[in-house]
Amino acid sequence: MDITAEAIVFLLLSVLTLGSALLVVTTRNLFHAALYLMLALFGVAGFFVLLAAPFLAGFQVVVYIGAIAVLIILAVMLTPSVTRLPRIYNAQWAVNLALAVVFFLLLFSVLTPVVDDLGISGTWGANFTQNSPADVPASSVSDLGEALVDPQQYMLPFELASVLLMGALIGAALLVSPTARDDEDAPHESGQGA
Amino acid sequence: MIPLWMYLVVAAGLFVIGMFGVLSRRNAIAILMGIELMLNAVNVNLVAFWRYQTPTKLSGQAFAAFVFAVAAAEAAVGLALIIGIYRRKRSVIADDVNLLKW
Repeated sequence: MDITAEAIVFLLLSVLTLGSALLVVTTRNLFHAALYLMLALFGVAGFFVLLAAPFLAGFQVVVYIGAIAVLIILAVMLTPSVTRLPRIYNAQWAVNLALAVVFFLLLFSVLTPVVDDLGISGTWGANFTQNSPADVPASSVSDLGEALVDPQQYMLPFELASVLLMGALIGAALLVSPTARDDEDAPHESGQGA
Repeated sequence: MIPLWMYLVVAAGLFVIGMFGVLSRRNAIAILMGIELMLNAVNVNLVAFWRYQTPTKLSGQAFAAFVFAVAAAEAAVGLALIIGIYRRKRSVIADDVNLLKW
């Protein structure tokens, strides 16, 4: 592959995304991990721009970085003892690491043309070698907007998603509402404090 | 242009990193962060396949948008649960919340 501007941007985004994702799972301080998570999500938004999906890139910045990451930071601040853990991994972490590496190597061997280059014939590789797709129609963003509210296409799942979000938000508010919980908890507070 | 498999490999790496986080971290909030990474890897895959296989249809992008909605609901309820557990047990370590373990 010759070096084009797109390839350089892709390489930078890959390093940014995977590097900060690694820091998310290895950083001891959870607040820093949440900030690295924001960086990783930003890299994914960059991939969406590179893949000609600007609507999803904006969505990613607004929903993920603007809402979910901020929610996670808020939760980190509301549970203060969590940033000073003696151990950040559980007892099985070595097995999990081996499992993750093996899984990645399996995926890598299926997805890339490496296996074909090695001369192993057969049906192992998935042959995802497309590299010059057709152009995206210029109206793709407005088409997506119409498809989401078109009864013939995605209107039902769209409305279901909004009901799901509404239910989730009401449930979340109920779970953390102080009124009912505190009355229930107040007598036990001293006993369960430890 | 960049071949499709490069996007897929980056998404696979992101997914595997998130999976390691979910399986290995003790803190429940860190586990949720791993889940967010995995969902993002899936979204990169969905959009990459849309771009390279069916750029004239919209199913890939629409599906990715629904993944966003589900991820938002999951994060809201998950974090509310974690804060509720913290209020009762003063802990967010997943190993400490084993009431339902046989």
